[in-house]
Amino acid sequence: MSLELSHFSAALIFAFFTSIVFGITQRNTPREQVRYGIECFVFFMIGLTIAGWLMWLLRR
Amino acid sequence: MAEATTAAPAEKAKPARKPVTPWAVVVTIVAWLVPGGGHFLLQRWIRGALLLVSVAVMFVLGILMQGKVYSPNTGDILDMLGFVGDLGAGLFYIVTRMMDWGRGSINLATADYGTKYIVVAGLLNVIAAVDAYHIAIGEKQ
Repeated sequence: MSLELSHFSAALIFAFFTSIVFGITQRNTPREQVRYGIECFVFFMIGLTIAGWLMWLLRR
Repeated sequence: MAEATTAAPAEKAKPARKPVTPWAVVVTIVAWLVPGGGHFLLQRWIRGALLLVSVAVMFVLGILMQGKVYSPNTGDILDMLGFVGDLGAGLFYIVTRMMDWGRGSINLATADYGTKYIVVAGLLNVIAAVDAYHIAIGEKQ
């Protein structure tokens, strides 16, 4: 069995699960954990978007 | 003229490190072998379940994407680091090696994503095991 994800969906899934683990392990209270997890996810997505556009520009 | 007081600021008292207990060691080993297992032992059910799902999904997706699972080697430094990262996934890595999965594929463009998924799943599990250790010795809630 083989799975072929698009680059975007692969990066999205990566950001989602990594943010969950970062949130749980890097903060103490549940509220802080949720907040930090969301922050990590947002930063992952911002970084992903910037990196994507940079690569698009380099390719031109 | 009055002398200025130049007393050195009192040193900040460092919090005493919590002693390592056999229970904390057991929790850490279980947490490494089974993602989220250490948190289950510590009765952090939701955190344990989220960690298990996160690490398991990333590892399995990596295998399904034809990612490469590194074996013990003395070759390229990146291969050795890849092995260390993969090993962090505990039983997932052991089972995968026993079943001879994760041979990698050069035909799939996303196979490289799979390789990274597998390594990162292992590294995230190491972070989770350290977190379980800190909870077990009382440094974290």
